[in-house]
Amino acid sequence: MEKTIHITLKIWRQKGPQAKGAFETYQLNNISTDSSFLEMLDILNEKLISEKKETIVFDHDCREGICGMCSLYINGHPHGPDEDVTTCQLHMRKFKDGETIIVEPWRSRGFPVIKDLMVDRGAFDKIIQAGGFISVTTGGVPDANAIPISKEKADEAMDAASCIGCGACVAACKNGSAMLFVAAKVSQLALLPQGKIEASRRAKAMVAKMDELGFGNCTNTGACESECPKNVSISHIARLNREFLKAKLKD
Amino acid sequence: MTQINSKIPQGPLAQKWSNYKASQKLVNPANKRRLDIIVVGTGLAGASAAASLGELGFNVLNFCIQDSPRRAHSIAAQGGINAAKNYPNDGDSVFRLFYDTIKGGDYRAREANVYRLAEVSNSIIDQCVAQGVPFAREYGGLLDNRSFGGAQVSRTFYAKGQTGQQLLLGAYSALSRQISKGSVKLHTRYEMMDVVVIDGKARGIIARNLRTGRLERFFGHAVVIATGGYGNTFFLSTNAMGSNGSAAMQCFRKGAYFANPCYAQIHPTCIPVHGEFQSKLTLMSESLRNDGRIWVPKKKEDAEAIRAGKMKPTQIPEDERDYYLERRYPAFGNLVPRDVASRAAKERCDAGYGVGATGLAVYLDFSEVINRLGRDVVEARYGNLFQMYYKIVDEDPYETPMMIYPAIHYTMGGIWVDYECMTSIEGLFAIGEANFSDHGANRLGASALMQGLADGYFVLPYTIQNYLADEIRTPRMSTELTEFAETEGAVQARIQKIMAIKGNRSVDSIHKQLGLIMWDFVGMSRTKESLQKALDAIIQVKHEFWTNVFIPGESEDLNVELEKALRVSDFIEIGELMARDALHREESCGGHFRLEYQTGDGEALRDDEKFSYVACWKYEGDGKEPSLLKEPLIYESVHMQQRNYK
Repeated sequence: MEKTIHITLKIWRQKGPQAKGAFETYQLNNISTDSSFLEMLDILNEKLISEKKETIVFDHDCREGICGMCSLYINGHPHGPDEDVTTCQLHMRKFKDGETIIVEPWRSRGFPVIKDLMVDRGAFDKIIQAGGFISVTTGGVPDANAIPISKEKADEAMDAASCIGCGACVAACKNGSAMLFVAAKVSQLALLPQGKIEASRRAKAMVAKMDELGFGNCTNTGACESECPKNVSISHIARLNREFLKAKLKD
Repeated sequence: MTQINSKIPQGPLAQKWSNYKASQKLVNPANKRRLDIIVVGTGLAGASAAASLGELGFNVLNFCIQDSPRRAHSIAAQGGINAAKNYPNDGDSVFRLFYDTIKGGDYRAREANVYRLAEVSNSIIDQCVAQGVPFAREYGGLLDNRSFGGAQVSRTFYAKGQTGQQLLLGAYSALSRQISKGSVKLHTRYEMMDVVVIDGKARGIIARNLRTGRLERFFGHAVVIATGGYGNTFFLSTNAMGSNGSAAMQCFRKGAYFANPCYAQIHPTCIPVHGEFQSKLTLMSESLRNDGRIWVPKKKEDAEAIRAGKMKPTQIPEDERDYYLERRYPAFGNLVPRDVASRAAKERCDAGYGVGATGLAVYLDFSEVINRLGRDVVEARYGNLFQMYYKIVDEDPYETPMMIYPAIHYTMGGIWVDYECMTSIEGLFAIGEANFSDHGANRLGASALMQGLADGYFVLPYTIQNYLADEIRTPRMSTELTEFAETEGAVQARIQKIMAIKGNRSVDSIHKQLGLIMWDFVGMSRTKESLQKALDAIIQVKHEFWTNVFIPGESEDLNVELEKALRVSDFIEIGELMARDALHREESCGGHFRLEYQTGDGEALRDDEKFSYVACWKYEGDGKEPSLLKEPLIYESVHMQQRNYK
């Protein structure tokens, strides 16, 4: 049977990048606990439209937890209180009747607010552009089975590669560090023979870009790992550090 | 009457692509630098094309509506990508992949295109591995394969249940490399608003900067559309919220033919609809049908008891279960193609055997495989999908069967293109799901990823040169030209018209209204009456939209409601086109099922005599009926027959 709850929302509203933002309070009644968090926001926006008001802006797209577009800092947690999910897969059954829910954008120097709950994560693209790839062009590559890769290595690379680039790690970090994001890519490619060749160069270039873009340092609090919706492990940060040290020693 | 020229090369099927490449025109490196190519979209097709064209030395401008190219909806593809590698030694070949795809498409695809697709499929896998895509591997270190619907071989490569993500990140990394080198200029949060045509050739686009709301003009010697499909016409689909068919409609209104709009794929394994507030449907990968068994209760009383919540599926003994796919299709069993599986589910539910609170669901059961291979093996194969199901439905699929129901997933129809992926407007190309070319009336699982990457990595980078070779003397044009100004003016007028309505309905509420019409009357089974009803109802939706929609805020600002409104105004037109096409096609084939045309045992009944052609719709002006052109489908290498999966 369908269960419904009443909730109070305190949502960050901000007209534009330079505008001064503030929390606004909204009351929503009879929200089905089977609806997702974003569907609840859809209902709120529908209500705002009926009152001829501007809707709340937030990023979202696939709504199945893989595109990495949705964000939101909910009750002090990136992607909210549930474990191992993005905001789009967070369901209202995780909230209590009568609860007050506080919704904020990612807050980090690296991710400036665009409007309301939408932030600019272009910095992540720039970090990948600095070296998060294997330098091959289309065509002229060997047969896919020419280089055997142990299942163990391939699986570990896959775990690192499951990062969706949402930025929860940065939002969770008290230093606003992007180390987990960078490490996931460096580690994925360093684990594979194809990516090994450029591993040091890649680590150095990506870390330098991360520093340049205003992300903080890693102090090993582990907050990123515990808030990561895809369970990317901080052991990848250790691998990044090894690759980075190797690169520095060569200099 | 206009003749359709599909430019299929001469020669035997297996040599057409080689012959084409051997005789096509190329552009030399010095000239490439002077040629600008606009690529709209950054999914598998768009990103792979933009990266490959950048590598070749062209000057590429790449656009996406999201905040990053990596968000494109290709990322959500779960199951895998097909290739004719024959690594498992189970009898696969380029010809067999070609044949399965033609047959899977119910003999409504172009032979030459499909053969080329099968031919380049192996290079895609090589390319992705070189980029660092972590495909699943065997203990010996070599690549693993799984089987998929519509095939009797295991030819599907996969990366857990996240194959689309990994392939897209591979293409995205290649794209990022070109961006860093300056050969590709990326524009995120930009939406194409129209194509600019000068002297009959595509020469640029008008795009809306979604952050500022301002319109901007971009010139290109050629324009490539890689904007995906139009499944969201149905409101509820497995597409991302932003997926839309607007770029295709812009091209259509400028004279590009829209081919086979009625061919939409309904995917059999999605999480059933649960409430009115629902915003989208979630797919459960087809790969689950490798190990999951689909059933409903044999007895209606049991189905009723389950719907009333008085009985659990686990309480129904083995011999009281109807494994209807295994019963009807012993040769392919649970791995019949998607259209067949979807219709079979609908048939059982309509007959009163459906489960779940609404009766619109069937079971996908893993108990047999869990008993046979153990929970660990199942978790390794499908862990992320099981977790996703659990988070949405709040039931544990390791303990109780999943509930699934068909949902709109993919559109085989799209912008008409010739063998070179060029539309009927010179210099305007369409690749990936946005075009119509390779899947006929039904797409096989794991073939969308294959087609997107085939077009982007290995087809377009060749064929576009055959066009651009004649453009090397065309200088970059100023965006101050009249054609740019006029096109921008028309876009601006459309936006102001929508802003000025100031009615009482939200965009979403109108979109939902359209979606219900589409699902009820242009959905899994269609009739002449239902389609006529749809056409009448869509006219009303169109009127409602243009008189009663309300958009808050300003047009020259970040305005999400306006973005949605512009897309929905096009979905309404697409819905109309789909219904019109479905009405005219008096036969059943693949995803297009007309109740009037079926065999004695309920299978799709084609009419090859009358309908063995691509239906190309040509725009004739606002409010006017589009005209129909036909590209005949000629089969030289396969014999057309009724599809049989028994």
